[in-house]
Parts: sequence; structure tokens; C-alpha cells
Amino acid sequence: MSILKKLFTAVRGGAREVGESIVDANGIRIFEQEIADAKNALAKAKKSLTEVMAKEMQTKRKLAALDESIAEHEEYAGQALQQGNEALAVEIAEKIGEFETEKEEHQQVLDGFTKHVILLKQQVKDAEKSIKENQRQLTMVKTTESVQKATMAVNSTLNTNESSMVNARQSLERIKQRQLDRQDQLAAAKELEAAATGADLKAKMAEAGIGTTQKSNDILDRIKAKQAK
Amino acid sequence: MELNELSIKLASFETEGANFESFLISNEGEQDVLQVIVEGNDELPIFVTQTEEQLVCISYLFNENEVKPELLNELNEALLKLNVPIPLSAFAKIDEQYAIFGALAVSSSIDEITHELVTLADNAIEALDAVTVYLKD
Repeated sequence: MSILKKLFTAVRGGAREVGESIVDANGIRIFEQEIADAKNALAKAKKSLTEVMAKEMQTKRKLAALDESIAEHEEYAGQALQQGNEALAVEIAEKIGEFETEKEEHQQVLDGFTKHVILLKQQVKDAEKSIKENQRQLTMVKTTESVQKATMAVNSTLNTNESSMVNARQSLERIKQRQLDRQDQLAAAKELEAAATGADLKAKMAEAGIGTTQKSNDILDRIKAKQAK
Repeated sequence: MELNELSIKLASFETEGANFESFLISNEGEQDVLQVIVEGNDELPIFVTQTEEQLVCISYLFNENEVKPELLNELNEALLKLNVPIPLSAFAKIDEQYAIFGALAVSSSIDEITHELVTLADNAIEALDAVTVYLKD
């Protein structure tokens, strides 16, 4: 059963300490050990994979070299025939035969390596997947447990405190009141600042039409009056 | 980042117009919890817990017994529906306590952590404000 399913079952059953009811400390250790083992196996599989892949490459190189030798000797045999040296040509042909037998053997070995590589790659993939899955589940258990323990710690702190969990409505009212207070403070501070910089006085004078610069309308009126003359 | 290191950094950090206050609730080798107060939000402290993979930040909102019993189902459904739209945080229930929380990778930077804390604090206030209709008077 997946951890999440177990957690669901525990919650439905009304378990209060969900984390501890699922996996005790010992259970977590076993889980961790399994992950460690899988990691070891993965490391081994990866190592043999690189070894086999190296051998695969070596064999491929040998095969290529043999192909080259065969082509080369076919050329020699042709030349011997041209010279009418049948005996030499036969000898060369025998050598080619040896190369080909060798090539077949190497080909078989190569096929074996190739299959082995495919198999190992699949094993590595499976192991990686299973490690990831185990870790995800373990995280779930550990988080549940941590939150549980943290809650216990928080509760014991709050209960011994005078400010033990007050009800939500009261909390909200206090927060709102403080936000209002702060707004008032800000507004008051602005007022003070305005007074100090004289902005306040200027605003009052502007309202009374004192000390203001001429408005564009007035200027326009003046120009119009000049033109009318 | 270790919780005590986070606590020290938070003390001198200011972001998005907020300061932080924090203190460590030691739990004798069990599970340390860092209580963080984002400026102006004393009533809804955030409790930060560290596991191997994540930093879990939790703010407790209200107790189930504060909810009007006839509206409990409706409230649960509303919270589930709001889980996706609410930025960075999700609703949760720990024992009888409703909470809002966010989780970060342990490798998160101080900027990411403080952004999470500020957002969570704002979300917590807004959420509490929004659910008061479901709470007993």
C-alpha cells in the first residue's frame, strides 16, 4: 500500500498522531536502509554497464580491423591471380578464411555485449525509478512526522504562554486595529511633514488666491486685450 | 539553511517593506521550530519547520470548534476551491486546527524564504478576514 493511502486510512480512522501511527522511527530506518541498498546496487550496475560498453567498443574496433584486413588480402589475392601465381592466391584465400572465422567469433561476442548493455540499461533505469519512488514516499512520512512533532512543540509553547491560542475573530480584530493605527500614524506624520516644509501654508494661500503664479487663462486674456487695442 | 542561521539572518533583513522577528522553539533533539512574526502580524505567527527536503511554514488560523457547525462543510469546500488561486500558500488542517502553509526547498535563498513568509502572512490575514462569516460570533 502506498504511504499516501496509509495516511488516508489513518486520517479516516481518526488517528490523532498520524505520522507516528504509520511508520515508527524503526520503520523509517528500514526504509532508509532499503534506499541505501538500492543506491549501492545502482552504482554497481552503472559500473558494470560502463565496463561492458567499453568491451563492446573494443570488439567493434576489432571487427573493423578484421574487415580492413579481409579487404586488403582480397586485393593481394587479386594481384597474385593477375601474376598467374595460383598457389600464392590460394594461400592468401586461406588467410582470408581465417580472418572470416575470427570475425564470426567476434560478431557473436559483440551480439552478447549489445544484449547485455540493453539489459543493464534497463536495470539502471528501474533502480533509479524505484529509488525516486521510495524517497518520495519517505519524504511524505517524514514531513507528516515533522509537522506532528512541530505542532506538539508549538502547542506546548503556546499553552505555557499567556498568549495561548486566542480565537481567530479576536486575532483578526487586533490585526485590523493595528493596521488602522498605522494608517493614522502615517497620515499624522504626513501632516506634520507638510506643516514643517510649508506645503500646508502654500496650499492655504493658493486656496485664497494669494501668491499664486498667473494662470494661463489670465495671460491669454491679457494678450487678447492687447490685440483688441 | 539551518533554522538558527535563518533566525539570525531574519533579524537584520528587510523586504517588501517588512521586518521580521523570530525565536527558536528548541525541542531537545526532536524537531526545532522557528516562530516568525512578520511585522504587523503578531497575532498570526508563522512556524517554520525543517525536514531533510523542505522548509514548511505554517500559520494557524482557527480551531474547528470556532466554526459554526452548520457551515463546516461549506467552509471545507470553499477552502479546497481556494487552494489553487491563493498565491504560494495552501490551506491545511493539523489535528483540530485549520492552518495556511507554504513549503520551500531546503536549498532556498533568504530572498525566497522571506518572500514566502511575507506572502504567507498577507494570505493568512486575508484568509482569516474572508472566513469570519463561517465563524461563531
